[in-house]
Amino acid sequence: MNQDSKRLAIILLFAPFFLWIVCLIVLPHLGIFVLSLKEKIGIGQYQYGVGNYAEFFLEPIYWNTLLRTAVMSIFVTIVTLIIGFPIAFYIAKLAKKRVKAGLFLLCLIPLWVSDLVRSFGWIVLLRETGIISSFLQNIGIIDAPVEFLYNDVAVVVGLVYTVMLFMIVPLVTTLEGMDDSLVEAGFNLGGSRLTVLRRIIIPYAMPGIVTGCIVVFMLTAGSYLTPILLGGKNSQWFTEQIYDKFITHFNWEAGAAFGVLLLVFTSLTVWLGLRLTGQTLSSTVAKG
Amino acid sequence: MQYDLTVDNLSKKFGPFTAVDQVSFDIPSGSFFSILGPSGCGKTTLMRMIAGFEQPTSGDISIKGKSVIALPPNKRNVKMVFQHLALFPMMNVEQNIAYGLECRGEEKTVITRKVGEILERIGLPGSGKKLVNQLSGGQKQRIAIARCMVLEPDVLLLDEPLGALDLKLREHMKIELKTLQHQFDTTFVYITHDQSEALVMSDNVAVMKDGVFEQVGSPQELYHNPGTSFVASFVGDNNRWSGKVQQMTADSMTVITDSGLNIFTKGAPGEQFCSGQSVDIFVRPEAISICLPQQHSSAPLGSQQAENELQVTVESVLFNGANSRILTRTASGERIEVDLPQRSEMSQLKAGSPIIIRWAQSQSLCFAKR
Repeated sequence: MNQDSKRLAIILLFAPFFLWIVCLIVLPHLGIFVLSLKEKIGIGQYQYGVGNYAEFFLEPIYWNTLLRTAVMSIFVTIVTLIIGFPIAFYIAKLAKKRVKAGLFLLCLIPLWVSDLVRSFGWIVLLRETGIISSFLQNIGIIDAPVEFLYNDVAVVVGLVYTVMLFMIVPLVTTLEGMDDSLVEAGFNLGGSRLTVLRRIIIPYAMPGIVTGCIVVFMLTAGSYLTPILLGGKNSQWFTEQIYDKFITHFNWEAGAAFGVLLLVFTSLTVWLGLRLTGQTLSSTVAKG
Repeated sequence: MQYDLTVDNLSKKFGPFTAVDQVSFDIPSGSFFSILGPSGCGKTTLMRMIAGFEQPTSGDISIKGKSVIALPPNKRNVKMVFQHLALFPMMNVEQNIAYGLECRGEEKTVITRKVGEILERIGLPGSGKKLVNQLSGGQKQRIAIARCMVLEPDVLLLDEPLGALDLKLREHMKIELKTLQHQFDTTFVYITHDQSEALVMSDNVAVMKDGVFEQVGSPQELYHNPGTSFVASFVGDNNRWSGKVQQMTADSMTVITDSGLNIFTKGAPGEQFCSGQSVDIFVRPEAISICLPQQHSSAPLGSQQAENELQVTVESVLFNGANSRILTRTASGERIEVDLPQRSEMSQLKAGSPIIIRWAQSQSLCFAKR
């Protein structure tokens, strides 16, 4: 009786989670995968095959775009890490309790506004007639309006800004767990600032760094709004290709194949990153 | 005489609060020096200044005769064993010990040899590949010491490193630390709030209170001749009464306690007393002897004048093997703690037994109240 009611309680507790995973994540992915294997041979006629995947590999523009997306995403991840680490260290170790909460809030505030609005914020700043351009004209550094939008720099800046919080939170959590005396011991035993950072702080923060990088990389590679709005036609983001396939060409089968490819490719990149840094998923993300 | 560590008029203020107030001391080479004090007395601040983690407000610190006040922590040849040891969890034992040598830029072969040697010396050969969390508390302790000692420091600082261990292991580590200190022949500065740790291991102990050294001396000196009433109450156990001086002779006086007991006592050396002055009287439980009522008539009393003798009732027996005590109460309501020797005739003592307790006048000590 008691055993049964316990089991029932567990089942009830997990039911929403289970339904969510199965109905909203597993089933759609399976559907997409099945769809991606269908080839159109006539009006309303389909056959199963890998033609959609072949199309991707035969047309250089597609896999070039995917590669470009991956490289840009890795670059965004690295920039986010380099900017985020000192901020996280300051919040976790140096700031006083009160200031800490305030700083965290500052990192959070941008998330209270929708992606779209934030991207438009950047547009207002960066466009030809925007604030930065006119300001530089006013103080006489440039004499004609300059377009800061629609280039890679704008895309990277916008993406770094969007994903920064997802790097800072795991870093702060890991660094907060670090006993200050570890750093002091590092100095006490003769280490310079660089040695202490390289041999003690970074290895200690590794789980947080890896977690943050995975989240940031996935978010960046899968982002759509920011690259489109800030990069325009030049952004060449892979999500744009997927969108085009689905909406413009109305070729759902090819779009589905591209979606699967993006998922597989980013997963492989994460796996490779874990292998190269000698970390495992269970020692980093699951460690919490 | 060669001093490994000299501290001269060292002060540290945090805003209006003075954590360490004009402390000066010298530690001779190769000795075990303890700084004993209650929490918040400034002992940790003092140690952090020696290690270089805090900048003193004024004063000087010299190691082997050279001032180190301007040097950053990583340039001082003072190593520290942290309270929670601070072993690097992402490195194995070998890497932990090698870290300092690598920072110093020693050659790989030299490092391997030195790490092997020190592991041998602390009795943990072959455990170099173990991870830190695979070690027991006592082993971690030894690794933390080895990590410092492999660098051959002039002074080793230890910040209450035994605090986290259980009682049995702590007792064991006390002896082991002393042995290690002897082996390495290095100056150890040991910080603790536990008087037994300080007394057992040290050559010299400084008792610290409110940022000031109350007394510096060997454990025996502190125990037998405490210089202030704080030292008397902090080092060892003591019964303490407050009272007023009633009568004085050249080397003894009579004090009447607040509840009306007459106690013959000696005054603390170097203090002046006068009739009617408020004083604190201390008597150690181990200085008091117990007379069972039936023995009383036959027991020799010596000089009647010199002895304190009180009729008391046993309130409770605190049995703890060789360290057993009894709590007694006088007719006037004062409570007195007395050591209970484990002899057969004492086993009949129980709550409510009337007994007589005695101690020599020279065993009680009296300090002027401040």
